[in-house]
Order: sequence, then C-alpha cells, then structure tokens
Amino acid sequence: MSAGPSPLEQFAIKRLVDIHIGGLDVSITNSSVFMLLAIALITIFLTLGMRQQAMVPGRWQSMVELSYEFVAKMVRDNVGSEGMRYFPFVFTLFMFILFCNLLGMVPFSFTVTSHIIVTFAMAIVVFLGVTIIGFIRHGTHFLKLFVPDGVPIFLLPLLVVIELLSYLTRPISLSVRLFANMMAGHTMLKVFGGFVVALGILAGWAPLAFVVALTGLEIGIAILQAYVFAILSCIYLNDAINLHH
Amino acid sequence: MDPNAAKLIGAGLATIALAGVGIGIGNIFGSYVSGALRNPAAAAKVFPNVLLGFALTEAIALFALVIAMLELFVF
Repeated sequence: MSAGPSPLEQFAIKRLVDIHIGGLDVSITNSSVFMLLAIALITIFLTLGMRQQAMVPGRWQSMVELSYEFVAKMVRDNVGSEGMRYFPFVFTLFMFILFCNLLGMVPFSFTVTSHIIVTFAMAIVVFLGVTIIGFIRHGTHFLKLFVPDGVPIFLLPLLVVIELLSYLTRPISLSVRLFANMMAGHTMLKVFGGFVVALGILAGWAPLAFVVALTGLEIGIAILQAYVFAILSCIYLNDAINLHH
Repeated sequence: MDPNAAKLIGAGLATIALAGVGIGIGNIFGSYVSGALRNPAAAAKVFPNVLLGFALTEAIALFALVIAMLELFVF
C-alpha cells in the first residue's frame, strides 16, 4: 500500500537459532531473547538491590522496596489479607510486564507484549487460575457470581447471560488491552518518525517535538498498562476469593 | 463493490468508536477536575483511579483499532 518500510515491520519475529525437538519448533527468536533479558534484568534488579539489606535503604534498595510495597499494597487493598497468598504471582506478573514494556521503549529493541499470543497466554492463566480458585474455595456457590442480588426475577435470565458473557470475555479484554496499547503506541511512534524523515531538515522539527512528547507518553503508558494488568488480576481474584454478590 | 474498497470503508467505519471514547476520556478528566476543585484535599487520593479509568477507556479505542487492523490485513 505505501512505499518504504512498513510501520508494522518492527513487530516481525526473527528466528535467531533454529532448534527443533521432535515436531516442536522451539527456536530462539528475538521475542524469547527479550523475554529472557527481561527476566535476567528483574533478577539482577531484585537480588543485587537487596544484597546488603541495610536498615536504612540506599537508592537501589529503596527502589526494590518501593516496587514490592506498591504491589503488596495493591493486593492488600483489592483482595484483602487472604489474597496475600497470591502476592508472588501478581508481583511476578507486574514486574514481567513492566520490564517487557520498558525494554520495548529502548530504540531498536523488540516489544514482547506487542504480540497477542504473549498477553493472551498471561491473561488465560489469570482467568483459569481465578476460576479454579473460586471453585475450590466456594464449590458450586461460586456460580452465584453470575446471579446479582436484588434483581426482579423476570430480569434474571437476561442478566445471568450478560454476567456470564462478561466473565468469559475477561481474558480477551485483558489481553487485547495490553497488546493493542503496545502495538498502537509503537506503530504511532514509527509513523511520526517517518514524518520526520519525510519532511526533512526544514519542517521535520514539528513532528520531532511530537515524537519526543509521545515517547514520554509511551513510557507512562508502559508503566500504566503493567499496573492495569496487575490491578485487574487483583480485582478478578477478589471476585473469586470474597464472593460479593 | 470492489472488495478492497469495502475493506477500506469498513476500517474507516471502525473509527466511529473514537466518538464514544472521546466522550468517555473527556468525562473522566472533566469530572476529576471539577471534583478536585471542589475538594482539593481528596484530589491526590482519587488520581490513581482516574488513571485506571483512563487506561480502561483508552483500551476501548484500541479494540476499535484492532478491528480496523483485522479488516485491513486479515480478510
């Protein structure tokens, strides 16, 4: 459709090392390299930050404590003290998405979370986990989640269907939200970067200023989306642990 | 009709969703500002919720983008 490199080219998955085990393709791609990089960076950030365990934390250690307390407060506020059992999972989820998003903001890098299969895998794990936890804790009473209180009886068949549908679309909305945010943001940056090149040295400054502002916005979005994914996981967990309706 | 033209028209129609999202985001920040002016002491406490609401609303716009992309590139 358009001349020149496509703005979607940055999302291409390239095979770096070909590995086939049986019929399974487990090649190392740029996507898996950046996932491993994110995990390595998180491990370095957390373990080296807590190496000294000082009573009065230094800069690095207070950053680690800040991220820990931020997620811990989020879980405690939204799920309650019972939910702290699932805090390690939410913390892992938050840190992984945060680091993947922020790694994607480094020029010429690859954004792992801009692929729906990655975000959908995380969302379906949250969804299945929450459903299983709900059924284990409440048995068949968990189905009361779909029956709102104080509703006239003739409206009930309609509302149960709506509640059930909104429950079943949770993994889709959770994954598409993260994936679309990342993909749209990076595509937009690339498009405006193309404007800078196309307009040249005379008029290219205006889109360049815009790209700088957009980069700031995208870093904000990267942090915000990790927060949103984690807090929505907490809210879903809360539904399963403290049955409200 | 030329299927390619239909594709482009469909992708364009998908952007109508932006009208609703514009109303939504304007509503969120408008309500936040008017609330913050009435009670500035409570403003800092609700700001995380404002950001959460903003992110959730913005996601709706991106669902429309995904549909536009599907129409353009998949079919």
